[in-house]
Amino acid sequence: MRVEFTVNGHAVAADDVWPGESLLFVLRERLGLPGSKNACEQGECGSCTVYLDDVTVCACLVAAGQAAGRRVRTVEGLAAQPARAGAGAAGADGGVGEAGGIGADGRAGGAAVAAGPGSALGARGDTAAGGAAGADTGQRDPDAERLSPVQRAFLEEGAVQCGFCTPGLLVQAHDLVARTVGAGGPVPGDAHIREALAGNLCRCTGYQAIVAAVRRAAEREHARLAGQERP
Amino acid sequence: MNPFDYRRAEDAAGAAAMVADNPAAAFLGGGTNLVDHMKLGVAAPEVLVDITHLPMDEVEALPEGGVRIGANVRNSDLAAHPLIRRRYPVLSQALLSGASGQLRNLATTAGNLLQRTRCVYFQDTSTPCNKREPGTGCSALEGYQRYHAILGASPDCVAVHPSDMAVALTALDAQVVVQDAATERRVPIARLHRLPGEAPEHDTVLNHGDLITAVELPDMPMAVHARYRKVRDRASFAFALVSVAAAMSLGADGSVSDVRIALGGVAHKPWRALRAEEALRDGPATEERFAAAARAELAEARPLPGNTFKVALARSAITATLRQVHAEARGGDGHGGPGGHGEEQR
Repeated sequence: MRVEFTVNGHAVAADDVWPGESLLFVLRERLGLPGSKNACEQGECGSCTVYLDDVTVCACLVAAGQAAGRRVRTVEGLAAQPARAGAGAAGADGGVGEAGGIGADGRAGGAAVAAGPGSALGARGDTAAGGAAGADTGQRDPDAERLSPVQRAFLEEGAVQCGFCTPGLLVQAHDLVARTVGAGGPVPGDAHIREALAGNLCRCTGYQAIVAAVRRAAEREHARLAGQERP
Repeated sequence: MNPFDYRRAEDAAGAAAMVADNPAAAFLGGGTNLVDHMKLGVAAPEVLVDITHLPMDEVEALPEGGVRIGANVRNSDLAAHPLIRRRYPVLSQALLSGASGQLRNLATTAGNLLQRTRCVYFQDTSTPCNKREPGTGCSALEGYQRYHAILGASPDCVAVHPSDMAVALTALDAQVVVQDAATERRVPIARLHRLPGEAPEHDTVLNHGDLITAVELPDMPMAVHARYRKVRDRASFAFALVSVAAAMSLGADGSVSDVRIALGGVAHKPWRALRAEEALRDGPATEERFAAAARAELAEARPLPGNTFKVALARSAITATLRQVHAEARGGDGHGGPGGHGEEQR
C-alpha cells in the first residue's frame, strides 16, 4: 500500500508499505530519517518518540497505515531549517533527499518543500528556536544557532552519554517546554519534568544531566518569552 | 510478526461485522497493547480493522446529567477534558497515573478497558499460560506473584487486570456501550470484565466482533470528591500493586450517606468493593469504621505466597483513601475543612 503523510513539513509518500510496518520503520528505513531510534519496540523506552499531529507518541506502536494523512515531526525537525535552503526549489521532482530509494514524492501538486525529508535536519522552521538562537548569542556556529532550545541545553549540560535515548528525549522535552512555558505557564519543576520524561528510559542512567538540561531549556525559553512581552 | 491485512472500517456496525466474520480479525485502536503483543507473538491476528478514524472521539454532556465518552478518545485528552476534571477528577487521576505521556497520547478509552494482563508469563510465549494458551497451565502459581491477584482468582489463572482507568470507571458506575453487527447494548462496567474461573482466556463478557463505541458516566455529585490512590514499585510508569478509587457523600449529621469503592491490582477484573461499601453506608464516618470496611473487603482474600503483603497493603490503601475522600467531602459540603487528617493531595 501507499502511505502519504507529512514529515517535518514535507508531504511524503512511501510505496509498497506492508501494513505491518510501524511508522518508525517507515521513517527510518524508507524515508531516511534515522534520528528516531528503534530499541524496545514495545512502547516502553521512548527512543522512537515523535510528534504525530500535535502529540508525542512511540512511533514503534503506530501502524504505518495509521499515519496516513497525518503530520509527523521527528527529532530531525526540531532545529530551524538552514537559511541557505532555496525555498520552493525542491519538491517538484519529489524532494527525496540524500537517502534516496524511498518512493517518496511531493504531494498535492508538488507542494513546495525546501529540503528533502531525507536531509539530516528537517526543513520545518522552528521560529521559536531560531529566535532564541539569534536573540541571546553573539558569534556562534550557525548550525548550533539553528538548534532548538532543548537541543542547545542538552549540549550545554552534557546530557548525552551513549546518545541512543537522546532523540526521543529531545522530542518529549520539546513537547514539555511547549506545553508549559511555551503556553504561558511557569517553568516546570523537577517532579513535573521527571513525570513528563517517565516514558523515556536512559540505560546509561544519565537522568540528572537530562533533567538539568530540560530545566535549562525551559528557563531560557521562559526568559525569552518574558522579554518579548516587555513593551 | 506474522503477516496480516490492514483495513479501515466505514462505520461502527461495519467494523463489528468485519471482525465478527473472521475469527482471526481484531480491532486496531491506539495499538499500545496490540502491536506490542503482535511483536511478542502473544497475538497473531490475520486482519486488523482500524477504527481510529471512526467518529467516536468526543466527550459530551448527556441531557440526563451524565457524560458520554467516545471509545476513541485518547487517554491524555480524556484526562485533560474540563468536564472530567471538574465532575469526575478521580478519572483524570487514574488516567494520569497510568503508562507514560507517549502511551496516553495513543491509547484509547475502549482500548484501555480491553488491555490484557501484564502477567509476565502471559507475555512470555516460552512459558505455559492458560490465558494465552488454554489448558497449558499457570506458570505464576509456582512463579513470580508480586503483581498477581489476591481476590477472585482461580486455580487456572491468578492474573490481574492492569487498567487504572477501569478502576475509576468502576467506582463511577459507568456503562459501556457495545455495538455488534446488528444492535447496540449497554453493559455495566462491573459486569464487563470476568473473573478467570475455568476460562481465563476470556477477559470480558464481550463476543468476538463486539465493538465498544462509548463509555457513559452517570450523574454522580459525590464524584466531585472522589480520589484515586495508586501504590506501586516506582513513582511513575509502573502498574499498580494496589490501587483504590473512592467517593463518599455525607449526610447532614456527617454520617456516610453513600460511598463507592473500587480496587485495582488485586483481581482479574476491576474490583468493586461492595462489602466495604455495605459496611460503611448509613453509619458514622470514623477511622475505626474505615478500617473495619477495609477488613471486611479483604476477609475473602486468598493471597499467593509471593504476594501476601498485598492484603495488608490493600487494607491500608482503602483506609487512607477513605480518610482522604471523607476530608474532601467534609470540605466540599461546607462542614469544615479537611479537618486534621493531614492528607496531602497528590
